[in-house]
Amino acid sequence: MKELVLVVTAVILSLAAVGAIVRIAIGPSLLDRVLASDVLLAILGAALAIDMAMNRHLNNLVLLVALAVIGFIGSVTFARFVADRRDHSNES
Amino acid sequence: MSPEASGVDAVIDAVTAVFLVVGALMSLGAAVGLLRFPDLMSRMHAATKPQVLGLFLLLAAIGLQMRTWWVWPVLLVAWIFQLLTVPVSAHMVGRSGYRTKHGHRELLTKDELEAVVQRAAGDDST
Repeated sequence: MKELVLVVTAVILSLAAVGAIVRIAIGPSLLDRVLASDVLLAILGAALAIDMAMNRHLNNLVLLVALAVIGFIGSVTFARFVADRRDHSNES
Repeated sequence: MSPEASGVDAVIDAVTAVFLVVGALMSLGAAVGLLRFPDLMSRMHAATKPQVLGLFLLLAAIGLQMRTWWVWPVLLVAWIFQLLTVPVSAHMVGRSGYRTKHGHRELLTKDELEAVVQRAAGDDST
């Protein structure tokens, strides 16, 4: 049971990570890549959470929250940066 | 999950397994949405899936497996933090995506933001 769940979730998360990485590679714009890297970070957090649930420890909980903070600050910063550059180029 | 689990433990383990697999499927759904949706706005809709519902399911699985009451407030704080930050970052990305013309206009049935943005741009120039 435990091994089956681990294998199934590992396969699903690997496929999801491949999809997000493909979108990072081919993403037509910077914002698409930011969005896809945010999803990749969420997939990493999901892997940490599954590890915690299956092995019954809470070692990664702080790391999980830190990943959320990093994703949040990264997305907001990139969104601000893109908006500023494009607004200036539109005005000129 | 122990192999000799029985009774309530077996039920809790089964619920945990379902939560873990469905939570992982949320990530896969987000990846499929990222690959198949046509523009930034619709991709953003799919991308917040693993961060809210998926993380909720995975944290609930952790709480079920730990069998102690004090982890639930900690997990709740972690989830509420995600719940607060995900809409803000999605809003910022969507805002800059709209204003830098990343969306496909022909896919929209009604664009209620256009007048607001044009009025704001007019206010900036005067």
